[in-house]
Amino acid sequence: MLAMNYRGPFRVRLDQKPYPEIKHPNDAIIRVTRSCICGSDLHLYHGLVPDTRVGMTFGHEFVGVVEEIGESVQKLKVGDNVLVPFNIACGACAFCKQGLYGNCHESNSQATAVGGIFGYSHTAGGYDGGQAEYVRVPYADVGPTVIPEGMDPDDAVLLTDVVPTGYQAAEMAGIQKGDTVVIFGAGPIGIMAAKCCWLFGAGRVIVIDHLDYRLEFARNYANCEAYNFKSLEDPVLFIKKITDWLGADACIDAVGCEAAGSALQTITGRKMLLQAGSATALHWAINSVKKGGIVSIVGVYGPTGNLIPIGNVVNKGITIRANQASVKRLLPRLIDHVQAGRLDPKGLITHRIPLEEISEAYHIFSAKLDNCIKPVLIPPSAQR
Amino acid sequence: MENTPTNYKDIKGWGIDADPENDPTYPIKNRTDEEHKGYNWERPAQQPVDIEVLQSNERPNVTAVFGTSTPPSGLSGEIRRFAFKYSEGSYGHWLPLILADRINVYEGIIDDLSSGRVPNIFAERGWTAEWKYNREGFIKKALAGIVIGSFVVAALCYKNKSKSHFKK
Ligand SMILES: NC(=O)c1ccc[n+]([C@@H]2O[C@H](COP(=O)([O-])OP(=O)(O)OC[C@H]3O[C@@H](n4cnc5c(N)ncnc54)[C@H](O)[C@@H]3O)[C@@H](O)[C@H]2O)c1
Ligand SMILES: [Zn+2]
Ligand SMILES: [Zn+2]
Repeated sequence: MLAMNYRGPFRVRLDQKPYPEIKHPNDAIIRVTRSCICGSDLHLYHGLVPDTRVGMTFGHEFVGVVEEIGESVQKLKVGDNVLVPFNIACGACAFCKQGLYGNCHESNSQATAVGGIFGYSHTAGGYDGGQAEYVRVPYADVGPTVIPEGMDPDDAVLLTDVVPTGYQAAEMAGIQKGDTVVIFGAGPIGIMAAKCCWLFGAGRVIVIDHLDYRLEFARNYANCEAYNFKSLEDPVLFIKKITDWLGADACIDAVGCEAAGSALQTITGRKMLLQAGSATALHWAINSVKKGGIVSIVGVYGPTGNLIPIGNVVNKGITIRANQASVKRLLPRLIDHVQAGRLDPKGLITHRIPLEEISEAYHIFSAKLDNCIKPVLIPPSAQR
Repeated sequence: MENTPTNYKDIKGWGIDADPENDPTYPIKNRTDEEHKGYNWERPAQQPVDIEVLQSNERPNVTAVFGTSTPPSGLSGEIRRFAFKYSEGSYGHWLPLILADRINVYEGIIDDLSSGRVPNIFAERGWTAEWKYNREGFIKKALAGIVIGSFVVAALCYKNKSKSHFKK
């Protein structure tokens, strides 16, 4: 079968790989019909995630058709159209049982600090991912969800990560009616978070980035204010000024470890790898939130540690909430939002690219070319 | 001296202000205190361990399922095995893994060459997209490459020349 093949930082290609096998009685094999490239994949692509091995297939956002099932699978049958949450969750451990499906204890041998994720290095379990024609899906009775009749597969594929992550970012921000929320990052996650803040009753939603085309997109898609930090001398001071000098009620970090905006952070974090990437956006979030406010982090950081102003967290009495999105927990509510038209996930898709052009697709998304917001890859077997 | 567990319920005032509603993790976590029982849930069936799976030393076993992509191999594999002697909170764990990742890239190139394939690094880096959507950037990068390349060549020639000078 055809599958994406990681060859090293900034180098990926499409290769023939063996068809995946059922390895566990509760496995399923899915024929992929859509998969996305995510901002999280860029951290792998740029070589920032430890234990990313050459030869791995990435891809944690995919939908497809059940091709084969293991002997203990009960909830799926061959031919079902499914969307597959990006977290691999057993449904049986203490963490899954409490709804922490992003923190499963039975899906990642290599690290206890993160659950298993499809196609996301060996630090997240060593699973080949969905940027391929076929993929092995463990715990088939737990994660995969049959796509409701009539739902567009482009909406479904964004329900595997982008929508739940954006929604959880807003949920963790503890928004009360009328609150002002500042979101750092106008990528798919930040834009979706902005859209979801309204669902929680925010009174004002502000997005910060340095790419004008993305800010423009965010403004239109999420009805929010949007500002370019390159044109603000000091983004924190700017936020203080526009919030009557007190700061935002909540700030969301939807950027993660590749933030721009501070030479010191960029050099120590992204060039010299002295810290786990640059923490500029988190820095800004902590410094621009109100005293007693909430910082919600969904941006991804590496395991070694980052330079952040923890003293200000203490002195301002900030609550930090963060996690990998718990996709399965949120899906029923989010499917409802999509079906009712309250959320329009596929509106984020700007690029539909054949899987065969994987190298170009990565470069376009990574270098932010051609006004790209969200690219979807279509395998040859699903191309019309 | 042995540490003896305290019967905390005997402590005066214990739990007097407990407020189950005051849980900042809700609704992220639907607290059932499941984990107070320790690691004793009914585990899913074990996927047969028929490849090498490196295991965090912060857990007692291999997880019930695991990925089978690219088991450790070669020099990078040796380094990865070494890294897993250290816990996830230790630089001894992560720094060797980052080193292994870099070495692994060269192993990948050697693998390609030994199977008769010269990796097309331009194509792998998606440079046709750069040409299509950022031609100015593409040309700048190409020119920079040529300039740096010619400097390197010139420097090497100069070095060789001065060496031959010495010999005379
Ligand atoms: N927690 C989760 O479950 C989860 C799930 C998906 C993605 N993520 C993470 O969310 C983050 C965003 O993902 P994405 O797909 O939107 O990525 P993306 O790369 O498309 O977007 C990131 C955006 O941040 C902007 N940016 C850079 N520096 C900034 C700064 N200092 N301030 C404000 N904006 C800045 C970039 O210009 C870019 O538009 C990534 O770190 C990704 O790994 C987390
Ligand atoms: Zn993702
Ligand atoms: Zn679990």
